[in-house]
Amino acid sequence: MSNGYHIVVCAGIVPDPLQTLEPVQTPQGWGLKNEMMLPAVLDPWASHALYEAANLAKNAPGSKVTLVSVAPKAKLQQVMMTLAQKVPFELVAADAPAGGFTDANDVAAVLAEAIQAIPDLDMANLLLFGGWESASRGAGATMQILGEMLGITEQFQGVDEITVTAEGKLQILERIEGGRHQVSECAGAPVVLGWATGNLPEPKNNPQVGMQNMRTVMPSLQKARPAALSGEDLNYAGIEVPKATRETRIEKNMSADEIAQEIVAWIKG
Amino acid sequence: METILYLAHTESDGSLGKAALESLTAAKALAEQTGGTLVAGLVGEDVQAAANTIAGAGASKVLSVSGADFAQARYATDAAAAEALCKAAGATLVVAAGDSRWNRVLPGVGHRLGGRADLHITQVNGAGDISVTRWFYRQRMEGSFTRTQRPWLLGIDPGTQTPWQGDAGDTVVEAVTVETGDARTTVTGVKAPNTDEQTIRPDANVLFVAGAGWTKKQADGQTHVADAEKNILGFLQAAQASLGSSKSLVDLSSEGGEVLSFMTHLNQVGQTGATPRHPKGLSTCCHGEEPHVVGWRFINERRAVNLDANCGWAQGKADVLYVADAFEVMEKVNALLAE
Ligand SMILES: Cc1cc2nc3c(=O)[nH]c(=O)nc-3n(C[C@H](O)[C@H](O)[C@H](O)COP(=O)(O)OP(=O)(O)OC[C@H]3O[C@@H](n4cnc5c(N)ncnc54)[C@H](O)[C@@H]3O)c2cc1C
Repeated sequence: MSNGYHIVVCAGIVPDPLQTLEPVQTPQGWGLKNEMMLPAVLDPWASHALYEAANLAKNAPGSKVTLVSVAPKAKLQQVMMTLAQKVPFELVAADAPAGGFTDANDVAAVLAEAIQAIPDLDMANLLLFGGWESASRGAGATMQILGEMLGITEQFQGVDEITVTAEGKLQILERIEGGRHQVSECAGAPVVLGWATGNLPEPKNNPQVGMQNMRTVMPSLQKARPAALSGEDLNYAGIEVPKATRETRIEKNMSADEIAQEIVAWIKG
Repeated sequence: METILYLAHTESDGSLGKAALESLTAAKALAEQTGGTLVAGLVGEDVQAAANTIAGAGASKVLSVSGADFAQARYATDAAAAEALCKAAGATLVVAAGDSRWNRVLPGVGHRLGGRADLHITQVNGAGDISVTRWFYRQRMEGSFTRTQRPWLLGIDPGTQTPWQGDAGDTVVEAVTVETGDARTTVTGVKAPNTDEQTIRPDANVLFVAGAGWTKKQADGQTHVADAEKNILGFLQAAQASLGSSKSLVDLSSEGGEVLSFMTHLNQVGQTGATPRHPKGLSTCCHGEEPHVVGWRFINERRAVNLDANCGWAQGKADVLYVADAFEVMEKVNALLAE
């Protein structure tokens, strides 16, 4: 693989966002009520990273995409049933908890070990992708730590776009304050990219891609090694769900004029 | 005893931004509560003016990493600068603004120093065991926690603290030297969204959220996208509001649907969007589903206009739901604001 990139996408799994989540204390520390029963999806921002990776690989001949996931094996298998139909990738899995109260440092260490064990890992052409923040832990820290562990000091967060220039440089757009993007040019791989939403829609299911992926997905899941997340320096004093519901005043019979007056008074008030 | 490093970068004009001054409030509080020493560490092209503005903050000394290399917000140089300042200060706790520049590097720097970093911190508490608070599961639940590992680097979420105010004065700055080597990355510029209008205003009093309803067929069986654009832009202009969007509305563009020309993914609020902080929020033509409304966590007062009396806003998510046609209502709102 001398010409293309090796795009390694790190993605965990999270509860389907439509589910109600309730924190509970378990013998292993804080978790969610019925955590193992909640339907899961691939972490949304990391999913965008995966779609962007597939698109880049398609346009840079000789590239390949490896998806690395640290998650409970059985749940990951469920997620793979639909995800595998989206875009071509090879899976590397480690079997470990995926909840929001795990420590980013522990997860980064497991990811680093899994990535370093990829047999044909091409460090010089490595593009390390992930979401800039998970929908569970929301730490926004895992990718940076992982990058450091792998010795990568070109790092970008909140990425919405990557373009390979004619000279083979990488032009990268990162989200910054005020709804703007910072534009950077990087000499080339290896880089870390923590993705925001990117520009691509969710790919349609393609059963052919699914069949092709499943050839490596199932053996990878079987091989997934159990990994421990120690969480030893992190102590939660408490987790609380705020009082979410408001007393909603529902106005069904006000005229548009009355509503407009009320809204303007409220805005100016 | 704790040594608290207040880590800040200058803006392009050499000043300290609002988020930097907010994190100084948190750093000072930690120093006072723990009886620790406050040290300031400034990064930027030229930091003297910034150092002078925080003369009254009570830092025992002010360290700096400065020069042209440090004008740019990029990982390699910012991480090297932060690492050097943490070491020079002998910091056990590091407090910085959780803005895009520091969030990019703090976790990596924590790892280099054998410490830990936590971002999106909303509260710090230095009494007793030092603890911090932040949100989990995209602002669905709030947790407070402690760590034993040091140094502990904290990125303070902008908008959560009162900006520090105090006397300026002449400040002696001690330079810390950093070897950066050849930079492989160059920041070439800043790109505003594909529009002439700046629609995202983080400091606005009101967040105006538009949902997919604005582009859907209305009672007459037609879409009215041009009217929608006029109503929305008119309101943003008149109220100096910031513009948010539902996911469905911003996704229309990548799916080839009829779209509002000024709307981008950056406007999206929610589970996979932003969680802005504004005193008030007005939702229009948006259903108020849970993955959207988690993005409203930090909007204090919430009102919604929707044709559907059973939409999500009615289920305790807004203070007021007006069951009405948003086209009609917003046209009248804009007319009143223009008076
Ligand atoms: C993994 C995942 C992540 C997600 N992340 C996000 C996210 O970050 N942000 C987000 O917003 N969503 C997110 N969603 C999607 C979310 O579940 C909803 O599908 C989405 O918010 C719906 O957008 P909407 O309310 O604009 O559109 P719709 O559901 O189509 O609602 C349109 C509304 O417009 C109203 N309407 C139409 N015409 C008028 C009129 N003239 N006047 C007044 N009202 C009118 C209708 O009554 C309706 O309520 C996510 C979903 C998933 C699965």
